Amino acid sequence: MNANFKNKKSFVESMFDPDAAVVDEICPAGEPWVKIVREGQIFRIVDLEGNQAVDTLFYNASHAVERYSATDTIRRQKKIYLTTGSKLYSNYGNVMLTIVADTCGRHDTLGGACAAESNTVRYALEKFPMHSCRDNFLHALAHEPECQQLGISKRDIPSNINFFMNVPVTEEGGLEFVDGVSAPGKYVEMKAEMDVVVLISNCPQLNNPCNAYNPTPIRLLVWDDPSEMSFT
Amino acid sequence: MNQPDAYLWEQHIPGGCHWSGILRRGTTLRMTDVSGGANASVLFFNQEEKLERYNMADTLKSQHTFRLTKGHACHSDMGRIFCCITADSAGWHDTVCGLSDADLIRRKYGTARYQEHRNQMFRNGLDGMLIELGKWGLGMRDVVSNINFFSKVTANSAGELTFHSGNSKAGDHVDLSFEMDTLVVLSAAPHPLDPSTTYQPGAVNLAAFATPSSAIAECAHISENQRARQNTECLYACHGGAA
Repeated sequence: MNANFKNKKSFVESMFDPDAAVVDEICPAGEPWVKIVREGQIFRIVDLEGNQAVDTLFYNASHAVERYSATDTIRRQKKIYLTTGSKLYSNYGNVMLTIVADTCGRHDTLGGACAAESNTVRYALEKFPMHSCRDNFLHALAHEPECQQLGISKRDIPSNINFFMNVPVTEEGGLEFVDGVSAPGKYVEMKAEMDVVVLISNCPQLNNPCNAYNPTPIRLLVWDDPSEMSFT
Repeated sequence: MNQPDAYLWEQHIPGGCHWSGILRRGTTLRMTDVSGGANASVLFFNQEEKLERYNMADTLKSQHTFRLTKGHACHSDMGRIFCCITADSAGWHDTVCGLSDADLIRRKYGTARYQEHRNQMFRNGLDGMLIELGKWGLGMRDVVSNINFFSKVTANSAGELTFHSGNSKAGDHVDLSFEMDTLVVLSAAPHPLDPSTTYQPGAVNLAAFATPSSAIAECAHISENQRARQNTECLYACHGGAA
């Protein structure tokens, strides 16, 4: 763990019971996952085995030109890491989701997604044929009905969030990828502030030591709007 | 370095204004902060295939840096290099804070419309970018994380950001030596975190000249840049026949 990283206050546990979830699915290592999460619903990502990077994008479910924006999220909160209380802003300046619980403590906004092309640059030219997050995104765009209805393409893939990933930045302007923040069972949970399409690539990266070269499955849960449930 | 016979063109961009154009490979664009404190928000696109564009994440992680300066390259999302930063007297250029928008400018500085203020009106970074993108058939979908040349923003250990006023002085310049035929889109509105309470964006001067052969090696000390350059050369092998 990064010695400078001691932000215990951000560790907030959830009050939601997995048995009450309306969605409870496993996304295997290296695969995409797409789901619509409605305004008011609670969405949880669980890092089942630890140190898995979950590359995630959000789109307005009815108008996909509105999408998660790393720069709006960073500049409006003047902070590069995400944790409990962080708001995920769109490119139109609207809050798409708010992180309401987090047992990991820090999530990355800078590292982006691996791609066949960037793997050649970062690791070696011969890594080109390896499976990547952008392949997952493009596969989802070609196959998932929620993506096809939005009419989105590579053009609509901006900088993503890497949940559970630790990318510390130094005051001198250095940047590195390190492990140790997440662990088996750690989770992040967010409340949708609008209807969103969630697009995930459960990262298949085999070249980066931060996951011990071992991509692992994640668990995705959704709960209905708790404020509406209280009326039934 | 900037010899008269290599000089190609020059363009003055008043503070708040915007510009776009094609920079061919083998050409260097010198951006100069005319009076100090300018902010040049920039995006790059492959001139031939505009789905290929500047990628903040690939640029930062492949060079293990949070700031851009001399010796760094600006990477595309397709494993290639748009340009290398071959000279830089400012020392730090922000890549993560994005653009000001109409709402931010109105809240920080108030309203100054064209009707009353003519070309002294308050312009914002996003709208300048969208106007220039529109000239090339591009738009909101193409606005990704941009570079803010001349602006310095640091992060502490908790990830909290600080904007450093005065990073760039009058006459500071940065040279971008292009390795791809690149659409450059530029918006010279204030940086979104600039704490200045008066709207006074600095002017940016653009000058293009043939890249001197001595500049080629500036980014080669990073092996990731060497591989990205190999990928870039493949694009232009056989007159553009390779991927």
